[in-house]
Amino acid sequence: MGEPAREPVREPVPESVRMPVPESAGVPVPEPVREPVPEPVRVPVPEPVRVPVTESVRVPVDDGAVIHTRGLTKRYRGGQLAVDGLDLTVPAGSVFGFLGPNGSGKTTTIRMLMGLIEPTAGSARVLGQPMPRAARAVLPHVGTLIEGPALYGFLSGRDNLLRYDAADPTADPRTRRARVSATLERVGLTAAAGKKAKAYSLGMKQRLGLAAALLQPRRLLVLDEPTNGLDPQGMREIRSLIRELAAEGTTVFLSSHLLDEIEQVCTHAAVMAQGRLLVQGPVADLAAGTRGRLVVTTPDPADAARVLKEQGADDVVLGEDRVSAEAPPPDRDLADLNAALVSAGVRVRGFAVERASLEDAFVALTGEGFDVAG
Amino acid sequence: MSRADTVDDRNRTPAPTPEPASTSVRTANWTWTFGLLRSELLTTFRRWRTLALLGVLAAVPVLVGIAVKIETSDGSSGGPGGGGGGGEGPAFISQVTNNGLFLVFTALAVTLPFFLPMAIGVIAGDSIAGEANAGTLRYLLVAPAGRTRLLLAKYATVMIFCLVATLVVAVSALTVGALLFPLGDLTTISGTRIGFGDGLLRALLIALVVAASLTGVAALGLFVSTLTSSGIAAMATTVGLLITVQILDQIPQLHALQPYFFSHHWLSFADLMREPVYWDDLEKNLGLQALYAAVFGSAAWARFTTRDITA
Repeated sequence: MGEPAREPVREPVPESVRMPVPESAGVPVPEPVREPVPEPVRVPVPEPVRVPVTESVRVPVDDGAVIHTRGLTKRYRGGQLAVDGLDLTVPAGSVFGFLGPNGSGKTTTIRMLMGLIEPTAGSARVLGQPMPRAARAVLPHVGTLIEGPALYGFLSGRDNLLRYDAADPTADPRTRRARVSATLERVGLTAAAGKKAKAYSLGMKQRLGLAAALLQPRRLLVLDEPTNGLDPQGMREIRSLIRELAAEGTTVFLSSHLLDEIEQVCTHAAVMAQGRLLVQGPVADLAAGTRGRLVVTTPDPADAARVLKEQGADDVVLGEDRVSAEAPPPDRDLADLNAALVSAGVRVRGFAVERASLEDAFVALTGEGFDVAG
Repeated sequence: MSRADTVDDRNRTPAPTPEPASTSVRTANWTWTFGLLRSELLTTFRRWRTLALLGVLAAVPVLVGIAVKIETSDGSSGGPGGGGGGGEGPAFISQVTNNGLFLVFTALAVTLPFFLPMAIGVIAGDSIAGEANAGTLRYLLVAPAGRTRLLLAKYATVMIFCLVATLVVAVSALTVGALLFPLGDLTTISGTRIGFGDGLLRALLIALVVAASLTGVAALGLFVSTLTSSGIAAMATTVGLLITVQILDQIPQLHALQPYFFSHHWLSFADLMREPVYWDDLEKNLGLQALYAAVFGSAAWARFTTRDITA
């Protein structure tokens, strides 16, 4: 027990412990015939190490989607419908923000994608393979942080990672220690590696949980609230880590409550409410879907409001020294509006269109903001 | 391709081609199962709770040994009645003063009805439920440890704990027995005398049989552990079942059912001290344990592989 198997003689390959090697950095693979004709996808790896093409790497990419669900539904035994007919598509190489109020079914969805929960109906494909059936082949390529970190309090941080790595059938025991050390370094826990995990602060636990997700080069990272409990500095580190990983070609699926965080790092987003998917797409499109606000700063707000209404602006809101209204449609030249204001004798200090934030889009979609769904 | 090559291919999963099966190996290696078991064992035996349980088990023979020593120091050899802790158990205790080796049998007879299975119940009950409770189960499963393999590793760990716990009792008893009482040839239950070496061998055999007697409880505990996400609840249920069965086993009206209780034949290990050894009850015991392991092992598997992991 313990010692690795005697392998067929192979020369020692220079070991690279640098973390995630993007294995399929956006390699477009033609949709294969459904009958698994094993056309091995040979992927370039920017390391002296050649990844053997094995069953688990031979992942047909579903029109570039890393996660693809169709009618995914989960009804819990109590009859409560947690996820209702979800059609989610996460493009390869994206940083995908998964938004929704508490209780909207985000975590249930993630658990179904990871094979922890059996869907009631519908199907889910991760890395092109059906889940949970292909869990053994898919999950080694997926790093996860689900509902916060879970650690063995009586083990040190390092031993926790060793334990999780031992549970991965594809993890090479000979490189285990080196990989664990490199990962601890990467999340900034080297100094605390020998401390018992129960003595860790929430932020340190979060980092250790993240480290467990990064033990191997991953093609997909599923991070549920990764910045929970972190201080601002820690949040920035995590954000830059996510960007770094994304730049290496890892697809990141990020669920978060922090809208500005999603806006800062995500390329795509989806919004859920009450188990249903409201919208998904590139972040820029989502925010663009909601029109921005025209904001006029003026010492004569009442006059300005009147003129704007005359010009056909909707939803005019009168403020102390400013007036805002829904931005006019794109065919309307803003300069004309400004000219109308000035010619009506309104003194204008500022005149600008504020772009809609994702938060505006979110509130517009859910109509409720971030309240817990009943 | 020669026959040898074919065999080679089948056994060694990683690429048989000259292509180096590289370091960032993404193929599962069959030895990985042992890596998982090793990790499981390290995790279990580094818990303070496990060590405390073993400490309690090691203390029982010390207490019994000292009690016998005090009881017999006034010259009354043999102690009153000599009814060992196990009710129907043989009167090993009366022999302890003559031969320290008998303390091993006495200690096992004393701990088998309750202390040993309770310790197993704690470890087995906590095995899955405890991980679910701590949330670590979901990370093991997405690693992905594989549900069947994880369950097998857990059961193997509990069985190894059975063996370790029994050996702890036996070794502790042997040490105390050697320190407090004389050692030497011993008399079997049948009245014949055997040498000390032979006696030691039988003690080891008895320890193994006792450990095997606990596999039924271990499987039961594992099954209970797959039912809940609370480690405490699983431990309490397992230990509760254990006590209930022990009580039911004492009620004469239930004699028709009693042969199916996992604890019914436990004390049959004493038959190993007969000359010749009387195998009937021993076989019944081991068969019953195998039946429990099969039934509850399958139930645990059926439950665990289909369960939604929501913790």
